[in-house]
Amino acid sequence: MHEMSIAVAMVEQVTEATGDVGSGTVSAVRLQLGELSGVVPDSLHFCFSLACTGTALEGSELLVDHVPGRARCLPCGAQWATGMPPQLCCPRCEGGRAELVSGRELQIVGVRWSGDEPRADARPESVPANEES
Amino acid sequence: MCRVVDLQQAVLAKNDERARALREELTARGTVVVNLLSSPGSGKTALLEAELTLAAARGVPVAALTADLATEHDAQRLSRAGVPVKQVLTDGLCHLEADMLRGHLEGWLPDGVRLLFVENVGNLVCPATYDLGESLRVVLASVTEGEDKPLKYPTAFGLAQLVIVTKDDIADAVGFDEEEFRANVRQVNPGVEVVCTSARRDRGVGLLLERAEAVAAGAETHRPVMARTGGPGADAHVHGHTHAHAPSVTLPYGAAGASGSAPVQAHLSDVPVRSHP
Ligand SMILES: [Zn+2]
Repeated sequence: MHEMSIAVAMVEQVTEATGDVGSGTVSAVRLQLGELSGVVPDSLHFCFSLACTGTALEGSELLVDHVPGRARCLPCGAQWATGMPPQLCCPRCEGGRAELVSGRELQIVGVRWSGDEPRADARPESVPANEES
Repeated sequence: MCRVVDLQQAVLAKNDERARALREELTARGTVVVNLLSSPGSGKTALLEAELTLAAARGVPVAALTADLATEHDAQRLSRAGVPVKQVLTDGLCHLEADMLRGHLEGWLPDGVRLLFVENVGNLVCPATYDLGESLRVVLASVTEGEDKPLKYPTAFGLAQLVIVTKDDIADAVGFDEEEFRANVRQVNPGVEVVCTSARRDRGVGLLLERAEAVAAGAETHRPVMARTGGPGADAHVHGHTHAHAPSVTLPYGAAGASGSAPVQAHLSDVPVRSHP
């Protein structure tokens, strides 16, 4: 269950970033999770809550944006949803020279802090529109 | 007060960066790592023992590191080949990460080792996500595991640069359909080499060694579709925010885990003829 290692890495990264932005507690972490990332969402949710215990993230919510797998064939230009298990051969020309457009994401994209003032050198300029609270 | 900050970080960025650094350091020392992934009971240890024995007979400097949840049998078996072998216990952890491997190599990896085979922890889920700093990633499955194994473990098979079928001597007995297996591998990883072996019958033994030696000599490795995240969307999401800090981090396969173009890149300085055809 490598989801625990991933959850611990997420807590570490958010904790480090908290140091940059100011103190306070984290109430939510938003994660982009690709269909082909090899991570089981339920497992990650469970491990995340454990990994948060005793940190500034304790009790925080893990918000997962699922990103579907999509591939594109370089020679013929076809694009398709890969599905799971993924179809990575081109369904049009049956070639094997595709590349992924999306689906391998395992990326923290936003953190919601509750707490005191941010430091001046923080980066609050880019607030995801879907995360206003 | 409640604020949202756009913190863009690939969760595996640290491991990927450490893996890249380890790969470069080892390559500079003349060592390449072969990362071997399989389920328990896949026959990986038997094949590896045969490959190590062959390497020793041919005078190829090899070593093996075997990661296990508990027992020490694998290391005992492998050390019969007469090459340096190290057993690592992971204390229940289901995979190795790049800095763990680095720690295990410190003070142990003998000078002059050309090929270091790493027998990763026995499962096809967790190790698949982690780049160890290898230059060749190999996934092994025995004929007893069934033709649909690649579809059940698409990340492992999807990122493999070589797929080895083991225990081929009992393929008929267990009704293994090689064509179907190959078709399933092709679905998740078109173009990857698939070879059937039997350590018991000495069939296909030596191929792993030859492929690894070729990589050590600078040969290009297979680049799986799953590791090609060249699309503008995918690239921006996975790598976009590491650009500002360290452009060198953004190898094309990045967070995907498997090393596609990295070995080539690492070898460029060793093979200057490539840039001057
Ligand atoms: Zn096509």
